[in-house]
Amino acid sequence: MKFWKYFGLRLLTWALTIFIGVTFIFFIPRMFPSDPVETMIGQIQSRSGQMDPQQMESLRRSLRVQFGLEGSLGEQYVSFLWKGLLHFDFGPSLMSYPTPAGEIISTYLPYTLMLSLFSTILAWCVGNFIGLLAGFRKDKRSSKIMEGIAICIYPIPYFIIALVLQIVFAFLLGWFPLQTTITMMGTTADYIASLLKASVLPAISLLLVGTGWWIISMKSMSSTTAAEDFVLYARYRGLSEGKIGRSYVFRNSILTQVTALAMSLGGVFNGSIMTEIIFSYPGVGTLIQKAILQSDYNMILGCITISIVAISTATLIADLIYPLIDPRIRYS
Amino acid sequence: MRKFWKNVNARFKIGLIITLIFLVIGFVVYYFPHVNPFTYNSYPKKLQPSWEHWLGTTSRGQDVAWLLVEAIHNSLSIGLIVATIGTVVGVLVGLIAGFSGGIVDRVLTVITDTFVVIPSLPILVLMTALMKGTSTVMLMALVLAMFAWAWPSRQIRSMALSMKEREFIQTAWFSGEGTLQVVVTEILPYALTWSLSNFMNATLSAIASESSLAVLGLSPANLISLGNMIQWARDYNAIFARQWFWIGSPIVATVILFIGLFMLITGYNDYLSKKRGR
Repeated sequence: MKFWKYFGLRLLTWALTIFIGVTFIFFIPRMFPSDPVETMIGQIQSRSGQMDPQQMESLRRSLRVQFGLEGSLGEQYVSFLWKGLLHFDFGPSLMSYPTPAGEIISTYLPYTLMLSLFSTILAWCVGNFIGLLAGFRKDKRSSKIMEGIAICIYPIPYFIIALVLQIVFAFLLGWFPLQTTITMMGTTADYIASLLKASVLPAISLLLVGTGWWIISMKSMSSTTAAEDFVLYARYRGLSEGKIGRSYVFRNSILTQVTALAMSLGGVFNGSIMTEIIFSYPGVGTLIQKAILQSDYNMILGCITISIVAISTATLIADLIYPLIDPRIRYS
Repeated sequence: MRKFWKNVNARFKIGLIITLIFLVIGFVVYYFPHVNPFTYNSYPKKLQPSWEHWLGTTSRGQDVAWLLVEAIHNSLSIGLIVATIGTVVGVLVGLIAGFSGGIVDRVLTVITDTFVVIPSLPILVLMTALMKGTSTVMLMALVLAMFAWAWPSRQIRSMALSMKEREFIQTAWFSGEGTLQVVVTEILPYALTWSLSNFMNATLSAIASESSLAVLGLSPANLISLGNMIQWARDYNAIFARQWFWIGSPIVATVILFIGLFMLITGYNDYLSKKRGR
């Protein structure tokens, strides 16, 4: 019974987060004076010269429908929630008109998900392992060196690490291409090879920052746990250090790290966007950058809506897994 | 003061020294008379570092060292403004939520939690994309501050909740002090030590967010921050021209500043927890 209450509450928070976030991004553009339809008409005019006023009026009306700017603010809002949030239909993309923005995003999204999920999970495992060792044996020189390295890497913004990696490994050493290209033509093997080659540097940049953070947090967590009475008692009982590390320190400190993983997903997504842009990796980040350059508002709105939904859902999943691994959970 | 310096750990000292050096560069050296680094062709182009130009000149004939000083000044200003707004609003909202309880607490908590979880960068991207070209340092700081208050607010709320039950607060209640007075005289000093560490953290993340936006080309064009300087050097192909001092100096400066601030924060936190005897 208690579990269902916990489940229901988490689900409610999830829905509320998405709802508030989406409401936010609906009202922000409408508070600004710039009108996407007028911008687009301006662009069309500059490309195809003057049009007669009647034609332009009908163009303006049909564009207003496509941009969801028809009707009162309330009607627009309801239709945005209905179409955008429930059907991922954000209207046509401006930069590759008339392909729907949602369709383009769905070809880019898997790349971002793959890159960020892979590097997050790997960073979490590696970082927690090193952090556990460093915290459990905190007086060893190797522990101090590991922590020192982590402290010097973690605070650096993602794009700077990405930029430095790009300069060193792609420009100076020439091991990787400067600009990512993924061959869609050719065999599946070609495709996978080019995908792997394109993903190595972005993944390493995400991994470095992520691992740094997990080392730092796990180290402080496990060194606190290692100083607790029940660990001391286990030592007196003569248990082996390995057993104490695994069953006492690790099990108690990893729980907090699962919650921390859920909390960190938003940051990882931000980092993934920046890293993609530096390497022009074909993910949502690069798409957002292109959309900004061409003032494609449907596309920007679509990318942001989908990223809010994706991150909230990932956080929800991590939150729901938590009670499964912690037997003491009180579902609060 | 001398006793304090003896008690703090080495990490705090190194962090403090680095941060102070940056503050001096950003807010003292900045006011030394110099040629406006924005003007093109003030000097010969692409000079190597020398006594006159410590970090050489750009391919537009600007002095890299003074560009860097200007960038540090703007980045630090944005960071400090955002951190101030975020911390003040966060502490207020957190205290209100923690002490009022009931429906006010529920509503504030839901809003705070949403802001903690929502991916901030995409929304910042949307806002700055809409005001492309028209934004200023202050506007930029206000936009960034929208996401800076949620985390401190959440922490202060839980702090307030646990403090409400402490004995000395109960004593204050029973001795007839009003809620406001209890908050100001009893809780606030307690919350301040934590807020200081949060303040530094917020400064760091605000500078990081601003430079991320700059790399996206969304920072105001007339504003040179550390991120913007890197982006400009990239735009003018400083990498391909191998002008390492131009692209390298803002990168190195950002890295040192961030490591320094981070060491200051963790060192300060360690000092606090030692002081509490843990």
